[in-house]
Amino acid sequence: MNESIPQLQSYDDAALEQAFSALAAEVRDGAAKLSSAEAQEQFRLDWLGRKQGRLKLVSDAWLKTAPPEARKPLGIRFNQLKQQIEEALSGGNGSTSATATSGALDLTLPGTRRSIGVEHPLVRTTNQIVSVFKAMGYSLAVGPEVETDYYNFESLNFPPNHPARDTQDTLVLASQESKPLRERLLMRTHTSPVQIRTMEQQAPPLRIVIPGKVYRNEAEDATHLARFQQVEGLCVDTNITFSDLKGTLDHAMKALFGSSVKTRFFPSFFPFTEPSADMQISCIFCGGKGCRKCKHSGWIELLGCGMVDPTVFGFVAEKQPAYDPKKISGFAFGMGVERIAMMQYGVSSVGNFYSADMRFLEQFA
Amino acid sequence: MKILSAWLREFLPAISADDRQLADDLTLRGIAVEGVFNVDGGSLYEMDITTNRVDAMNHYGIAREAATIYNVALKPLSATLPKAIAAKPYPVKIDAPELCGRFTAQVIRNVKIGQSTGKLAEKFAQLEQKPIFNAVDASNYVLLGMGHPTHAFDLDKLEGGIVVRRANKGEKLKLLDGTERVLEADDLVVADEKKAVALAGVMGGWDTMITAETKNILVEAAWFDQASIRRSSRRHGLHTDASHRFERGADFNAAPLANALVCELILAACGGELHGEMVDVVIAEAAKKTANRAAVSLSVAEVRRHLGATVDGKGIAAEIIEQYLTALGCSLQPTGDGAYAVTLPSWRLDLEREIDLIEEIARVYGYNRFANTFPAFAGAVQELPWEPKHAAVRRKLQALGFNEAVSSTFCSAEEATNFSGGGVPMGNPLSEEAGMLRPSLLPGMITMLEYNLNRDIADVALYESGTVFSGSTAHVSERQMICLGTTGAASATALSSADNALFYEMKGAVELLASIFTHSQLSFTAQSPAWLEPGRGAQVSVDGVAIGWFGQLSGAEAQRRKLKQAVYLCELDLQKLYALPLRQPVSREVSRFPAVERDFSFFFADSIHWEKISGAVASLGIAEMSSPQPIEIFRDAKGKSVPAGEYSLLLRVVFQSPERTLRDEEISTWCGQIVTALTALGGRMRA
Repeated sequence: MNESIPQLQSYDDAALEQAFSALAAEVRDGAAKLSSAEAQEQFRLDWLGRKQGRLKLVSDAWLKTAPPEARKPLGIRFNQLKQQIEEALSGGNGSTSATATSGALDLTLPGTRRSIGVEHPLVRTTNQIVSVFKAMGYSLAVGPEVETDYYNFESLNFPPNHPARDTQDTLVLASQESKPLRERLLMRTHTSPVQIRTMEQQAPPLRIVIPGKVYRNEAEDATHLARFQQVEGLCVDTNITFSDLKGTLDHAMKALFGSSVKTRFFPSFFPFTEPSADMQISCIFCGGKGCRKCKHSGWIELLGCGMVDPTVFGFVAEKQPAYDPKKISGFAFGMGVERIAMMQYGVSSVGNFYSADMRFLEQFA
Repeated sequence: MKILSAWLREFLPAISADDRQLADDLTLRGIAVEGVFNVDGGSLYEMDITTNRVDAMNHYGIAREAATIYNVALKPLSATLPKAIAAKPYPVKIDAPELCGRFTAQVIRNVKIGQSTGKLAEKFAQLEQKPIFNAVDASNYVLLGMGHPTHAFDLDKLEGGIVVRRANKGEKLKLLDGTERVLEADDLVVADEKKAVALAGVMGGWDTMITAETKNILVEAAWFDQASIRRSSRRHGLHTDASHRFERGADFNAAPLANALVCELILAACGGELHGEMVDVVIAEAAKKTANRAAVSLSVAEVRRHLGATVDGKGIAAEIIEQYLTALGCSLQPTGDGAYAVTLPSWRLDLEREIDLIEEIARVYGYNRFANTFPAFAGAVQELPWEPKHAAVRRKLQALGFNEAVSSTFCSAEEATNFSGGGVPMGNPLSEEAGMLRPSLLPGMITMLEYNLNRDIADVALYESGTVFSGSTAHVSERQMICLGTTGAASATALSSADNALFYEMKGAVELLASIFTHSQLSFTAQSPAWLEPGRGAQVSVDGVAIGWFGQLSGAEAQRRKLKQAVYLCELDLQKLYALPLRQPVSREVSRFPAVERDFSFFFADSIHWEKISGAVASLGIAEMSSPQPIEIFRDAKGKSVPAGEYSLLLRVVFQSPERTLRDEEISTWCGQIVTALTALGGRMRA
């Protein structure tokens, strides 16, 4: 079969479109019938034959005589047609050619992954908490891990010899005995000294979120280490109230653990806040119904918080008089990162966070 | 602390809540009931009372809380005593009035010491309080009931009257626990005219204790200064029920009542009679600081300013304030304008200021009855200058496959010396291995690599960013550092052998980190500290400032740690790196004209380093040439394909113009120049 090619009426777009569509339809029809090697060969000769192939005819009859301005649109259509014919041929060849055999892949083999490193789970949790508070207008603040007794205790309303100091057994640096008490160096037992240091530098209004490592001289077990990490926050302005503290933390917990999480507050005692509170969230494992994780109470204790004690503002005001407790008020809160990360990721022993075991770390990819 | 609900109810005739409800309501007000257990006649509460609430560390104090919460009556406490047999008042002298503010003493004669029975014995059993003798149990019963510590002496063992005084330095006292203590002048003792008979507020003396043979008793109830008791308790390592209460501030006014209650119990249990009126020595100065404190002013407006909105929308009203504070033992005198002068109860030394009263109001009202509100905010989040830099550094390292890790802040003295020439020692280290503040992140990194290697995890890539410490115990400086560590099987590449591939990977990581920042020169100098293997480590400098080191851990250190394979480390000073601005990417037009690649294969002596070769080519100044790249390096240990002492280098340059297609002739000319330059370095073109 050696059909002729249609008559081209003119070189305008509509005529070209009509002519090439007709040819394309014939290619499709022919391609659908390529069941045998003979049929394929015939199809190839029909279209691509060097002397009588229809493409050759198209080229001779249309392309060579085309006016210069029509060559480009005609050339594009010609090439598209040629590509269509070649694809029909290679597809038809598929089942027998060597390249096509290697193209059928085992889809059940696992994909290859380029190895990427992971963020440490404690850093990940810290950053999540920090982000939640940043979205509420809190800026990051940091401070030294070696602190003076003044910033770690005295300015936070832990007077010398006060029983409240017992609850925070302290790691101290060597050879401090000859110094005045407030200048003695120790490992900070909480991130709260950064509150004081930041307030001394910046007048209110102030909103800061403080992540960091802290240290206690305590026996270590599956849930407690002598060093751990906290995220602490401070908000100071005129008219900051206890209900603002509640609303802020309730929102933060919903942002961290999901919108169905509830919060409740209990009176507690911290020397640097008054009123002081412990905050619990409804158990994120059972939704508050009671399970092993929440000791069947439906609630999980998560953080300590309270309104900044005026005595603390008094210490700050020695350097930054704008912290006048008669005019401003504020709240502060602090939480342990390990505890939250253990809950989030189901980590059973806090020691895992510090072993750097690759098998543990890579679970957080 | 254990509390019996039935004992609470003895003081609360009108209460209707059941034990479970009472436990919940107390807990929500900060008097935490941690566990509720059934016992005969009611419940046993396991309680956790915060250190500031010494007044609630007994049954009567908790009953007062319940009376406040439910707004019901609290039965007043009193003792009913028979008239005493007339006798001379027992001599009591306070020689240390700054440490002992009050001392009461009552003589009881002709008692019979025996075992406790009846209601007291039952309560003791339920509370797991060990009974001793009836007269001693009386004192403990009063402590559990109303919280004030008392003590009973064997009157016949006392020589002369009581003197409360500072101990003489070196004075010895055998205590009830059987230990003999050597006292300091700062210890307060209760003494007779000859000797110390009790470590005041902490523990009674052995020699004057009640025994089965005791016939006559002196009952003591006193008030001691908090700080003094705390010092003695700590100094002697003695934490007792008495010291726990005195050091947190006992009730100044409770001493005579506690004494009378003990006497009432002793008379009932042991018989006997009171001799003489109770002696009560009061130091006016101490009374002024405790029982007779000046009134505190409290305004309703201030309460509302601190506490904010309530769920019912009404806020805290004046009537609520009056009701709660009165029930807690305060008396309120209105002073106009919604303000009060509040007189504070003697048992609440923790209440001193207006804010303390505000907390009490919030606590009794119930924290969860306050609304959840948001504070108004007019401001913006200020980013610290290093935040985006640190985020970029961490992101890049993770992209390279380094896992983030956290190691110990402490290290051993040996490690501090080996990696930094010294460190700052801890005074009470957690262990010998944690005796120093880490001067470097390297010891921790090596420990983490070692941990993995010891568990047959052979391919490890870690980084840690953290604080290191320098200076002395007089002054400590902190710096932020970043540390990289890798170990494992590495395949040879076209440029590196299996033996040094990780070295070049580490170098690549350093280059990538530097590329985050704007700088004009990154250099590596072949001088290195002792912890690096000679010839396989370098100092890293950016724009002439040394920022750290990288390379292979020295053989000596690796051996000391018994590491099974080579370990590569890097430590950079982040302060110095973060002093540079973040590099802002700048786009360059990509040339539309074809690029022409030309490869050059040369032998070079081992002493001719890449820096010389690339420098020689670059110095030709061919504007259309991109910087030369090493494509393949090959050495032959046997000296067959490449002569010994030499290496073969395949070098590639790319020519391209942004403006035109390059001509063959000019490319040949440039290639000729390159061959000449490489030959001038002693290179020989491969056939």
